[in-house]
Amino acid sequence: MQSERERRFAGPRRGQLLFVLSFLTLSVLLLSQITQQTAWVNKTGLFAQPRFWPAVGVGGMVFCTALHLWRLPFRRIERADLREALRWVAALEYALWFMVYVMLVPLIGYLPMTLIFVPLLAWRMGYRSPQMMAISAGFAVFIVLFFKGVLAVRIPGAVLYDYLPDALRSFAILYL
Amino acid sequence: MDLILSALDILMRWDVALALLAGSVGGVLIGAIPGVGPAVAIAILLPATFSLDPIVGLTVLLGIYGSSMYGGAIPAILINTPGTAVNALTTYDGYPMTARGEPRRALSLAYSASFFGGVFSVICLILFAPVLAKIAPLFGAREIFLAALLGLLLVVVAHRGQALIAGALACLGIFLNTIGMEPVKYTQRYTFGTDVLGSGINLIVVVLGLFAISQAFVLLTDEDEKIRLTKLRGGMFQGLRELARHPRVATVSAGFGVVMGMIPGVGEFTAQFMSYTYAQKSSKRPQDFGNGSSEGLIAAETANNAVPAAAMVPLLALGIPGEALTAMMLSVFYVHNVVPGPGLFQNQMDFVVALYLALLILNVLVLVFLLGATKSLIQVVRIPNRFLGVGILTLSFVGVYSLRNSATDCFMAAGFGLFGFVLKRLQLPAVPIILGMVLGGIMEVKLRAAMARVKTPFDFIDRPVAFILFSIIIIVLATHVLRIRREARELKEAEWQTKTASTRFGALLLRRRTSFLKEHGRKVRARHAKLLRRLTDLF
Repeated sequence: MQSERERRFAGPRRGQLLFVLSFLTLSVLLLSQITQQTAWVNKTGLFAQPRFWPAVGVGGMVFCTALHLWRLPFRRIERADLREALRWVAALEYALWFMVYVMLVPLIGYLPMTLIFVPLLAWRMGYRSPQMMAISAGFAVFIVLFFKGVLAVRIPGAVLYDYLPDALRSFAILYL
Repeated sequence: MDLILSALDILMRWDVALALLAGSVGGVLIGAIPGVGPAVAIAILLPATFSLDPIVGLTVLLGIYGSSMYGGAIPAILINTPGTAVNALTTYDGYPMTARGEPRRALSLAYSASFFGGVFSVICLILFAPVLAKIAPLFGAREIFLAALLGLLLVVVAHRGQALIAGALACLGIFLNTIGMEPVKYTQRYTFGTDVLGSGINLIVVVLGLFAISQAFVLLTDEDEKIRLTKLRGGMFQGLRELARHPRVATVSAGFGVVMGMIPGVGEFTAQFMSYTYAQKSSKRPQDFGNGSSEGLIAAETANNAVPAAAMVPLLALGIPGEALTAMMLSVFYVHNVVPGPGLFQNQMDFVVALYLALLILNVLVLVFLLGATKSLIQVVRIPNRFLGVGILTLSFVGVYSLRNSATDCFMAAGFGLFGFVLKRLQLPAVPIILGMVLGGIMEVKLRAAMARVKTPFDFIDRPVAFILFSIIIIVLATHVLRIRREARELKEAEWQTKTASTRFGALLLRRRTSFLKEHGRKVRARHAKLLRRLTDLF
């Protein structure tokens, strides 16, 4: 049965202990590196030391997380925690999709890559009707034209554009 | 009057007018789509606004910030799902109205209340601006340091039941801000000898990761929701008439919004909570609250729309953002070398008033747009969740990559996206990280400057404003400690009440005696004594 302390805990139970333990481990590791990763400058006041604010940040992380762990009503990693960890890992798939997109844009080009990426990810998410595919392609074209063509955000041309004819190449580099 | 005329002169440009229109319509649309929200939209659009004039860029972002709450009321009222987080209270009274067949009344009341809140706060702040211009120069380095510290503290203690982990996340933000080359002594901090970390971690990369990419992950890993829309019946103007019947509730709620908006780290939720509680306590029909009360809806919507204009006060007057959205806007100022703070109020007061006037015009534009286009607008709630996730992920790329054309930034943003996803799954706040990054940087610079002129610790608070801020910090800390003690006492009482064994002292002694006499109790005591002996032998 749930204890009163567990019932009053703000947020879901699953994954809390795993998160706090991982965060505390990371904080302690960072704190252990403070002397190597920051400098202490002679004849400088404490508050002007380059080490002072990293110490406040990392020290605060260790102190607050340790206290949070101490006050946490859950003391044992359960099956629900592991299931939650799997949900976190599942999100990695989409991070990979994003990274592949990032890597390929400078090679293939912003418009062609977006035209591949959006319908493909929509297909992966289960939107496979011709209507949704058309909407995905339209959305991809709109994003590229709006951001690169209208707002002129800085996204350089791709390697692939070098193979285009001269007149088309400069247009593609500027707008696509 | 001259000030207002010169402010109007700044606004009389076609690009500002376009920015106002785009910001207001875009903000309403974004607010109306559950799962997007202004933070995601502002994070994505932020780098795109860097190439625009400060007034144009800020108008677009302000437009999204100010109008998203109008749009957020639509799904809150029609499908019981708040479009933005601050519309959660709108569902309490808005949805019951829809359920009893009055969706148009609820929507028009929400729009009218939002309009009143928005306009009230802008007028208050335009009138208040000259006073603010006189107070702002009293803030030197130590006062700004103390104000930033107070803001950070308020953000942490505002997360009830999660203050410790919110504190840890705020410290993570402070730490992230220190990574890279330190600009005074030119030493490296936590770069691990890599060039990638040498230039530090960009705030926008973190913002996009924690707000936009993480939201995309949440939507992509979730199921699509089935949505049933109610048909709209009745007139859209009845809300204005109904609002006029509750002037007291509307004015007090807008007042709460203005005051709470100005305090860093407090914001919409506290304003709404206070105004809703006030409205309920002072109502002739308190039993209607939560069941479709018009006063409840007015209190919730007026308070949250009064906040955006007020939240600009600490940002513009002191350069201290009170929450994540204004923290993002701060980077627009920095990109254009406009330093918000006391200097801005002294030298560019017309720019400040122009921003407020833009907010005023924006409220009118949004109201007109909503009164005419609600019927078509409600269709946006039909966009499937996971398709939205695809859209947000694609748009996030533009946001991050256009900053420095760096794939490393995109990888970092994806990393922060995963971290933000975990935080969202655990219902932990991401806002303290952003405020830790922004306020940590301000605190570092201001403390260094302030300590150069301070000889004894008491010199730090020997000026009136510094002393007042220091006193408020002590009061906030003391109140928080008292609240924790009260909660601990209540918890103990609740635990005692749910215990099955008797809590009488005699029964307790009887249980102790039984424990002493039993074989198991003896073994446990022997084990403990052995461990204690081992421990004492160490010393």
